[in-house]
Amino acid sequence: MRIRRAGEWSLLVETGSLEISHRLDTLLRADRPAGVVEIVPGPATVLVTAPGADLTRLRDRLLHLLETGSTIDAGSAVPAPPVTIPVVYDGADLDEVAALSGLSPGEVVERHTGRELVVGWLGFAPGFAYLTGLDPALRVPRLATPRTSVPAGSVAVAGPYSAVYPSASPGGWRLLGRSTTAVWDVTAEPPALLTPGTRVRFLAVGEP
Amino acid sequence: MIEVIAPGPYATVQDLGRPGYAHLGVPRSGAADEPSLRLANRLIGNPEGAAGIELTFGGARLRFTTGTWVAVTGAACPLELLRPRGTAPDDAAPGEPVPQGMCAPFWVPAGGELRTGTPETGLRTYIAVRGGLDTPVTMGSRSADSLSGLGPPPLRTGTVLPIGPTSGLPPIIVDAAPSPGLGAGVLLVLPGPREDWFVPGALTTLCAEPYEVGQDSNRVGVRMRGARLKRALDEELPSEGMVAGAVQVPPSGQPIVFLADHPPTGGYPVIAVLTPASLARAAQLRPGDRVRFRRG
Repeated sequence: MRIRRAGEWSLLVETGSLEISHRLDTLLRADRPAGVVEIVPGPATVLVTAPGADLTRLRDRLLHLLETGSTIDAGSAVPAPPVTIPVVYDGADLDEVAALSGLSPGEVVERHTGRELVVGWLGFAPGFAYLTGLDPALRVPRLATPRTSVPAGSVAVAGPYSAVYPSASPGGWRLLGRSTTAVWDVTAEPPALLTPGTRVRFLAVGEP
Repeated sequence: MIEVIAPGPYATVQDLGRPGYAHLGVPRSGAADEPSLRLANRLIGNPEGAAGIELTFGGARLRFTTGTWVAVTGAACPLELLRPRGTAPDDAAPGEPVPQGMCAPFWVPAGGELRTGTPETGLRTYIAVRGGLDTPVTMGSRSADSLSGLGPPPLRTGTVLPIGPTSGLPPIIVDAAPSPGLGAGVLLVLPGPREDWFVPGALTTLCAEPYEVGQDSNRVGVRMRGARLKRALDEELPSEGMVAGAVQVPPSGQPIVFLADHPPTGGYPVIAVLTPASLARAAQLRPGDRVRFRRG
């Protein structure tokens, strides 16, 4: 475990795993140290930004949380139920994903809906959540040439991740289908439906 | 209200941005040279975070439909005020342009037009109006974010900008502030967080010869051209949180200094981070400028 300095106002905590990143993120949000404005979990780090705060004290606090946090029973809090996202599996790349993975399109859908995924972190665009825990059979490379526009709500896979495009944007992930669930709403608080640590279950549906 | 007659090369509404949403993939955005926006607001009794206009390379013409106190800071532009007929003081004929100063409050009468020339040095000029711009708020901010598209589009000819209420604001008590200047071409950096991903001496290389600012620089980042920074580790860095002022090094080895609209996470290692004062200075660099990094 190492805490790295990232400029005058930030510390980058190396957690080494997404699980510990999420735990530290939860602990920091539940009892936010003074002056902290950003807590950004990543696959192996958590960035903590506190402009003007005493970073020596913050570092001590983070070390303490890392030491004691691992012993806090994660089961003591009742976990939120998973978010169910209905999907119409008629994506432009469904057949190609099936071919690449040696499955039938129906089996791709079964495997995509068959597991609970967990939001690892967000990036690329506001509300764009990297969903971890994808069935390894569905690991396919990105498109060689990204699409110039992918519609909002597109459900896609690339590498070890799945995602729901929060808004229309260019994109190189392979499209399995589309969801009518809005995962991004700037008028909501929080504006993102899928926040780090949220569990997600896809559900195959017919025409919405 | 303000009516945009001409926005110049690139102009946006900016306040202090959207802090607190980086974990949702939302850039902070806000004024690229934040101290300059804060100063402009202080000069006219606004809260420091009131929304103003960020000009790039000046060149704007703005018509005011209501009389308003205005302050202009950041990259110094020639400023001219065209008063409507019947409001000119004795020293200027109606409609003739009257020069105004940077970093000093001045009154623009109803119907007046403010023209900003092109800055000789620096890049971004801030125009604050007493009461602040009262444009729509998205996620707590009026800022236009060039990366995510949150907030309003850049100003265009014909854009109308409402001005907020001035009741309750403290009186204007400053005649003029000394111009903070843009500083010498030196950016101070703190090493890390990923200096150990580079070959020994990479930080010394960064701080040796000057870099030139690339044409493709924008509010996301300042692209530097100069000595290549070589990596010691070739593996892929897992995506991690990024801060404004980060000196990120993509595979080309040519560093990019992240500004206000930087992506909140990234997968290239950051060799060093600018000090906050140097971040504001970096936001004033223009393509072709030469700048030196130095350990702060």
